[in-house]
Amino acid sequence: MNWTSLDEFLYMGGYGLYVWGSYAATLVVMSVEAVLVRKRLQAAVGALGNSEASG
Amino acid sequence: MIGLLLAVTRRDLLMARRRRMEALLPLGFFVVAAGLFPIGVGPESQTLRQIAPGVLWVCALLAAMLSVTQMFASDHHDGSLEQMVLAPQPLVVVVAGKVLAHWLTSGIPLVLTAPLIGVLFDMRAQSIVTLTLTLLLGTPILSLLGAVGAALTLGLRSGAALMFLLVLPLTVPALIFGTGAVGAVDAGLSAQAHMSLLGALLILTLLGAPLAAAAALRISLD
Amino acid sequence: MNLRPNTFAAPSRFYAMAGTLTPWFWAAALLFGLTGLYVGFAIAPTDFQQGDAYRIIFIHVPAAWMSMLIYLVLAFWAAWGWMLNARMASMYARALAPTGALFTFIALWTGALWGKPTWGTWWVWDARLTSEFILLLMYLGYIALTEAIDDPRRAANAGALLALVGVVNIPIIYFSVRWWNTLHQGATISMTAAPKMVSTMLTAMLLMTSASGPIVSRWCSPALGRSCSSRNPTTNGSRDWNVDPLARRRRYT
Repeated sequence: MNWTSLDEFLYMGGYGLYVWGSYAATLVVMSVEAVLVRKRLQAAVGALGNSEASG
Repeated sequence: MIGLLLAVTRRDLLMARRRRMEALLPLGFFVVAAGLFPIGVGPESQTLRQIAPGVLWVCALLAAMLSVTQMFASDHHDGSLEQMVLAPQPLVVVVAGKVLAHWLTSGIPLVLTAPLIGVLFDMRAQSIVTLTLTLLLGTPILSLLGAVGAALTLGLRSGAALMFLLVLPLTVPALIFGTGAVGAVDAGLSAQAHMSLLGALLILTLLGAPLAAAAALRISLD
Repeated sequence: MNLRPNTFAAPSRFYAMAGTLTPWFWAAALLFGLTGLYVGFAIAPTDFQQGDAYRIIFIHVPAAWMSMLIYLVLAFWAAWGWMLNARMASMYARALAPTGALFTFIALWTGALWGKPTWGTWWVWDARLTSEFILLLMYLGYIALTEAIDDPRRAANAGALLALVGVVNIPIIYFSVRWWNTLHQGATISMTAAPKMVSTMLTAMLLMTSASGPIVSRWCSPALGRSCSSRNPTTNGSRDWNVDPLARRRRYT
């Protein structure tokens, strides 16, 4: 183990802001992408339902 | 083939001559936009001399993009573009002719006006000469890449703005080498490397862009 | 089922396959990701020069590799769809674009956060950063163009042309650190020489890269939503694709 306590882990040798800022941004972006994909799928399935009803 | 190229160019030049004011609008934009910078940034010569190559190149870029949609738009509206696409003559040559006409009407005036604007920015004589040469090599590149963008966005509602977004990233290498050449001359170094690369870019674009624009026209008109 | 090379060119069959594979991709991504994070944080030592700030590398490098790879894959499939009139290939390319753009954004963002403590600046206009930024603009341009055109076939083909024109940027990004003097460090991994990085760091980085591959696939499969009903595989989608069975192969120049 590189760190002896949770505090040290979060502090990251002084670079905590940068390291955790990066990981947090990545997490946010990945969640946004998952939401966008789900929305696109729902829209496509919805449009398909409408077109099947008419054609 | 050369006959076809010249015929298309002559036709487009004739149409531009009939609407002289419209053809000169990009030049007007270039002068006004470049002239705004000394007013906004302040008249200090040192600052102006530093920003001059970048400002002039970006304004030339934007001016070229403004007029490039006209290359195909008016022909598209009255249906003659479809006739050109359907004709047995190679579309690449037709596109090359249109690009040549565009460069002659909007690129050449920019190149000729740039030295005067350079004087407004208090540039040294050697820098002005280098800048003019880079614009001479660069404006054809802008016309060629603009043709590809105009063909891709033919007839779209937001065509002009979309074309800016598509074409400007592609013109960045030309911008970098063009302004880099003037920067090198300002620092007392030789601009040969930058000019060679700019020339290479021109050749590459000359070979590829008419092909891409012709393909894009067929995609847009199907 | 008889598997031919073009079995999954039908959107309905591709959608079904993607649906089956999605949970496996989830599992692979989680497995590789958690392992990579564990190796990266628990096992890899603190760097002598950069301290713990270097641990951003486990996100930054995989994201950058993915951003370039996704663009190449996008351009390939878009061109395939254009040349062979293959609907599925074009759909795949359009689904990849937002993912690629987001990976490029992550690469730029984490790069900036890594540059501030180590280089002293958030951004510098050197060759690699500039060309990666241009890559982001190209993704956005592709998305904008394909969204702006209503006819799906014209949109896909125009996007394919645009993507192909932009492919030239990828080698520029990759070789920029070799061709120019840049602030960004040069290549530490090559096919021929031993890596100059401590092996534990390398393992963690590669594990994270393997994680992001399945993540991309997992996202893209559900995104291929258009008309992918399994009820009528022959007619779904062809209404909006305007396929003319009598059209000859057209000359483009």
